[in-house]
Amino acid sequence: MIKKFVVGSFEEERDLFAAVKNVRRAGYKIHDVYTPFPIHGLDKAIGLRETSLHTMGFIYGITGTTIAIGGMGWIFTTDWPLNIGGKPHFPLPAFIPIAFELTVLLSAVGMVWTFCWLCKMMPGVKKHHFSLRSTDDLMTMVIECTPNSNAAEIETFLTENRAIEVNTQEAEEGWWFGRYDKEQKLYRAEEVGVGD
Amino acid sequence: MSLLKYESQLREPLIDGVKNYHQVTEDIIGPVETKPTKLWWIGLSIAILLLLFGVYSVYREVVYGIGQWNINRTVGWGWDITNFVWWIGIGHAGTLISAILLLFGQKWRTGVNRAAEAMTIFAVMCAGQFPIFHMGRVWMGFFVLPYPNSRGPVWPNFNSALLWDVFAVSTYFTVSLLFWYTGLLPDLATVRDRAKTKFRKMFYGLASFGWTGSTKHWQRQESLALVLAGLATPLVLSVHTIVSFDFATSVIPGWHTTIFPPYFVAGAVFSGFAMVQSLLIITRKVLHLEDYITIGHIEAMNKVIVLTGSIVGCAYLSELFVAWYSMNTYEWWAFRENRVNIFSPYGWAYYGMIFCNVVSPQLFWSRKLRRNPLFTFFMAVLVNVGMWFERFVIIVTSIYRDYLPSSWTTYYSPSIWEIGFYLGTFGLFFILYFLFAKYFPVIAAAEIKAILKTSGENYKDKMSDLEEMDTNKFYTQEMEHAH
Repeated sequence: MIKKFVVGSFEEERDLFAAVKNVRRAGYKIHDVYTPFPIHGLDKAIGLRETSLHTMGFIYGITGTTIAIGGMGWIFTTDWPLNIGGKPHFPLPAFIPIAFELTVLLSAVGMVWTFCWLCKMMPGVKKHHFSLRSTDDLMTMVIECTPNSNAAEIETFLTENRAIEVNTQEAEEGWWFGRYDKEQKLYRAEEVGVGD
Repeated sequence: MSLLKYESQLREPLIDGVKNYHQVTEDIIGPVETKPTKLWWIGLSIAILLLLFGVYSVYREVVYGIGQWNINRTVGWGWDITNFVWWIGIGHAGTLISAILLLFGQKWRTGVNRAAEAMTIFAVMCAGQFPIFHMGRVWMGFFVLPYPNSRGPVWPNFNSALLWDVFAVSTYFTVSLLFWYTGLLPDLATVRDRAKTKFRKMFYGLASFGWTGSTKHWQRQESLALVLAGLATPLVLSVHTIVSFDFATSVIPGWHTTIFPPYFVAGAVFSGFAMVQSLLIITRKVLHLEDYITIGHIEAMNKVIVLTGSIVGCAYLSELFVAWYSMNTYEWWAFRENRVNIFSPYGWAYYGMIFCNVVSPQLFWSRKLRRNPLFTFFMAVLVNVGMWFERFVIIVTSIYRDYLPSSWTTYYSPSIWEIGFYLGTFGLFFILYFLFAKYFPVIAAAEIKAILKTSGENYKDKMSDLEEMDTNKFYTQEMEHAH
């Protein structure tokens, strides 16, 4: 969906944190903050809840353990019981290595898949970039405008809060399939399949 | 908890020179944007030639059979499994640096983790070739996978350490790759956003998965990195443990010992760090990254080398002691006559191993030598040679003379195609490393930026007020808002 955003870029983490505080106090809606590196505490400051990705990792992990123990147990006891040097048909200690490896494998693959899914990331996905320098050295705060917002007023507000670059952009807020060597422009929702 | 993690003023900075965020980008992403040099092309060409020789050697082995190798004797594993264990051991440093040091909060890892992880992945790729082609009928290789089939179904033996290896190595490769690549995404996005040419924009656009640097994405990425590190830590220990089970679960004198898992893991870390050293000492020089891979980094890794080298030394001694103490004739014979006896056919390998792995790394107790890149490079090569000897000693000296003197083999030395296969994996490894070093950021730029203000030379003294500020106080007093 195409919306109007006011974009302010900051040079220092301190300015950014102070601006986040003031922007939220003033009642503006922070769409997102784009930073070149992880800034600890920023997620909390802009009011994001803790991610539950690690819970998914646990679920994928125990799925792996279950598949491994269940699979090997079923094969050795039910499907094709084979006498291997008189060893037991359900040798739990001998199952530990594979059970462990499958736990780790499923947990890791599953988590990365979920991570990409949640972040809407895969090769060929394109998103609007509010500032190209937000992957280099600037922290870019993006404020979403409502029909009642006065963009100029927000711009001034951000400048007062020590933003070094301020502008207003109309942009697609979701993602679409696109290539980065093509000119970055607004895509209409009806022209391409836009997710959200 | 302070707002910025406190770091002692006494510690040397992890990033030298006067830097800001943009300078970090320039220094690390800059080399990716230049044209390859002549030296790079020469290096790549040599690697390609080595690979071609390796491919031809493997071709002969596949077409004419495993008789192309000199292993038609009791030394059935020969160079092939020696090289497998050697490469897989080298592949342990990357995950150790990125995972275990992440859990331990060792910030110096940020300078070296990216290259070390890449090296890990390439080394595991090389390692995997050996057991696959050792199967002989490599086109039947998929038989090791448990899948419902029309042959019974016939399942693999889940009691077998060799099958555990299949799972361990493939899991290790997959998890290392995912860990490495999810860490690469932000840096690839930086390359993409700086790209000038159409092709680079497209290539890095695809490679960076559309990374934007959103706060939520960073939060998830950090959570992912932490959990993957938690998973990779026992994984890295399990992989070489399982490799050691290949030996330890057998009843061959010299192999059948319970000390093998920790001994192998320590040896793997030892050789892995040596390989990281030898690659990074060249990389930092060629790409002018001395400010990020500092002498302090080299020293830290040398400390790990002297520690793990000494652990390996203790393992050699205790193994020897237990062989004598066990009063097992065969075990004691394997050690006394096949290894320790310098006049036995492979005595040179045993003493080469002792010299390279145990004696020479002790020089790293000297701070001056630890901080000397040239000496470190020389030592790293020596350690890798020594660790190759170790695997050779374990494999060959244990099986060239077994229980029955009538089946004792004549002197085993590799055929040219065995050597060619080994050289070929060097070709593969260096082709991949050259491509990586040229087209990917060899240092995790985003992670460097995250520690720049606590560990960078020009920031260290200015950060004291932020360090003292308490996070919770900062939130409650300075940033109170209605939620």
